[in-house]
Amino acid sequence: MIFTFFVYSISLFAKEIVIEPGEDAQERLQEAMILMSEGDTLLIKAGYYNFEDGLSLDVNGVMVIGEGMDKTILDFKNQQSGAQGLLVTSDKVTLKDFAILDAKGDALKVIGAKGINMINLKTEWTGGPKSTNGAYGFYPVESEDVLIDGCVAIGASDAGIYVGQSKNIIVRNSTAQYNVAGIEIENSYYADVYNNLASHNTGGILIFDLPDLPQQGGHHIRVFENRSIDNDTDNFAPEGNIVGEVPRGTGIIIMANSDVEVFNNLMSGNGTVNLSIVSYSDETDDPNYYPHPKRIQVHSNTYGPGGFDPDINTGDLAKTLFEISNGNMPDIFWDGVAPLSQMIFGQPDDEKLIISEDSEVSFLTISAVKYMMGFSNPIRTNKEEFKGVINPLEPINIDGI
Amino acid sequence: MKKLSKFLIVFLLCTNIYAVNNSLITAEAFPDKLSDFSFFKDSSAQIPHDDVVPYELISTLFSDYSYKQRWVYIPKDTKAKYEENWVFDFPEGSALIKTFYYPVDERNPDAGKKLLETRLLLRKAEGWEAVSYAWNNEQNEAFKKVAGKTINVEWTNFMGVERNVRYRVPNVNQCKECHAADDKITPIGPKARNINKDLVFKDGQFNQLVYWMNRQMIDDYPIELNSPVDWTDDNQDINDRVRSYLDINCGHCHSPTGNANSTGLYLHLNETRDIHLGVYKKPVATGRGSGGLKYSIVPGKPEESILLHRMISMDPGVMMPESGRALTHEEAVEMVKDWILLLKD
Repeated sequence: MIFTFFVYSISLFAKEIVIEPGEDAQERLQEAMILMSEGDTLLIKAGYYNFEDGLSLDVNGVMVIGEGMDKTILDFKNQQSGAQGLLVTSDKVTLKDFAILDAKGDALKVIGAKGINMINLKTEWTGGPKSTNGAYGFYPVESEDVLIDGCVAIGASDAGIYVGQSKNIIVRNSTAQYNVAGIEIENSYYADVYNNLASHNTGGILIFDLPDLPQQGGHHIRVFENRSIDNDTDNFAPEGNIVGEVPRGTGIIIMANSDVEVFNNLMSGNGTVNLSIVSYSDETDDPNYYPHPKRIQVHSNTYGPGGFDPDINTGDLAKTLFEISNGNMPDIFWDGVAPLSQMIFGQPDDEKLIISEDSEVSFLTISAVKYMMGFSNPIRTNKEEFKGVINPLEPINIDGI
Repeated sequence: MKKLSKFLIVFLLCTNIYAVNNSLITAEAFPDKLSDFSFFKDSSAQIPHDDVVPYELISTLFSDYSYKQRWVYIPKDTKAKYEENWVFDFPEGSALIKTFYYPVDERNPDAGKKLLETRLLLRKAEGWEAVSYAWNNEQNEAFKKVAGKTINVEWTNFMGVERNVRYRVPNVNQCKECHAADDKITPIGPKARNINKDLVFKDGQFNQLVYWMNRQMIDDYPIELNSPVDWTDDNQDINDRVRSYLDINCGHCHSPTGNANSTGLYLHLNETRDIHLGVYKKPVATGRGSGGLKYSIVPGKPEESILLHRMISMDPGVMMPESGRALTHEEAVEMVKDWILLLKD
């Protein structure tokens, strides 16, 4: 009796609002998302919902849940306004169990949230990989405590799952297919990316850092127990975007980040290269930007076939690697670009690239010294030089997860 | 005695009719009808109460060629504080009122107009809140639209061309998409620099800052102001015209405190760094918004500039601004094109 009373008293404050498909569903759903209050749950019943305008949510501490990513379908193919399917701008929000299809821009964008859980959601462009698809499936930016768990992202013309300029991030148990980039963590701090499947993208998992942005200096990223396999879709990104330079068939790329640990992943079936570690190669005048990877640790990964079909027509990576390796594409590539003193005297101990892999795993890096001295074959392939003690990075912890 | 009480009742009624309803401005909930606020003596004719002061901006935001009338209400015996480079700090109980309409025929003012919506920014105790009221077909009342509304509008433009637009009354979240700085709702227009121009009031023509000061609506304004120019004024320098246009149309999001700060593209009036103004700036998270182009602005090459591409586009996944526009602002596109042509490397 006491217990019942307790439950009632909570439910007096925390409402459950139910939306069913049918006439004016767009208006009913949007209105509910505006009028709901902290603690409320909005249940979107199974069915098909058609939208002409983007949806938005700006209420803290609410849950929006469907009845399954294949049952509650929010379809935006007739969208006439709004730059994304669903925009979230509030804190402590949980989104769960629904799908966002064919948004005209990004599918799900989250700006400036402290605490955003995206669980068992799907974003998809249903016409297959096309440059006219929206850029991002999942797009949290400038957010903290970001969880993406059990989600599916298909067909994004930039990245299926993209976390930008954020902090404290977990991306796990998710699937990204037929996107240009499967999963991309950009200009972000403290991320765990694990137990995901990235396949049939152009590039599987990208850890990038770019200049001229409010948050840069991406660091402390753990990429582990993922399968980045068979990334074999031609790059269909509109030109001008950084992912437009990613060649088809790249498993994992680390660019210009510090403190990245890549371990226990399976990289296989990536026609250009399974793993590459590179500097940002375009010109920049940004004095606060560090364009090189630093303290990257690679260990205990499994490498299947790679480099069998290098995409030399997209960007510089595949072409350079193909030429410099005489077609003997390695499992792991480091471009060797670093500040000049390091290219001559080597990386300082506390910034070193460390590789600890089975002996049959092949490696290639460009030797700046040999290159400058005019060697015809300025490469180094002995990965034993990069052996070192692995200092595991701390796991990411999000309160309540 | 009876007479006196009758007189009192009439007196009270009169003051009620002719006074803005202060308590509704600061109340927690928005009333359903716009008329409840009593901002207007005559709603249909949009004749405001005496304490509701009209104002205009030097350059304005493009909203699908709609017309806008603006008013400000500041409670008696309170003043808005001047803030450098920012909107006045309005006291609690203030209201900014903006009615959107289309003339039936731009060439013929007598043909009348169609009122679409009146947007309110209300200064409550904790800060600003935004809400819009859509006008009914009879044009004698406007009703609260929390979730927004679509209105199909037709009008004849000044060239005699019949135009139509799928006009969107924004929902309250969409209000915030533009009206946000550091995640708080804020007005955009009434910065001192933006209202530094003459306007004809009932009691004569005055500079608006002088007028507001004389009416004790504001505490101060600076003598020297880096004001924008009227972008429609051909006699002004094209760089000033474009920067003024970009400031009021883009700068509220594209600034270090705005919703688009993650892009690194900053178009507010005070930005001076070329890269952040878009010159040879690469897109960051633009996706197909880039249109296959490499830089926001390529000096001398408007056709290679993403900024112009997104101003022209009417595709929701590409166009800028993201909200509040369904048509291309052709005159502004021409001006920005000319400006980029003239930019030197």
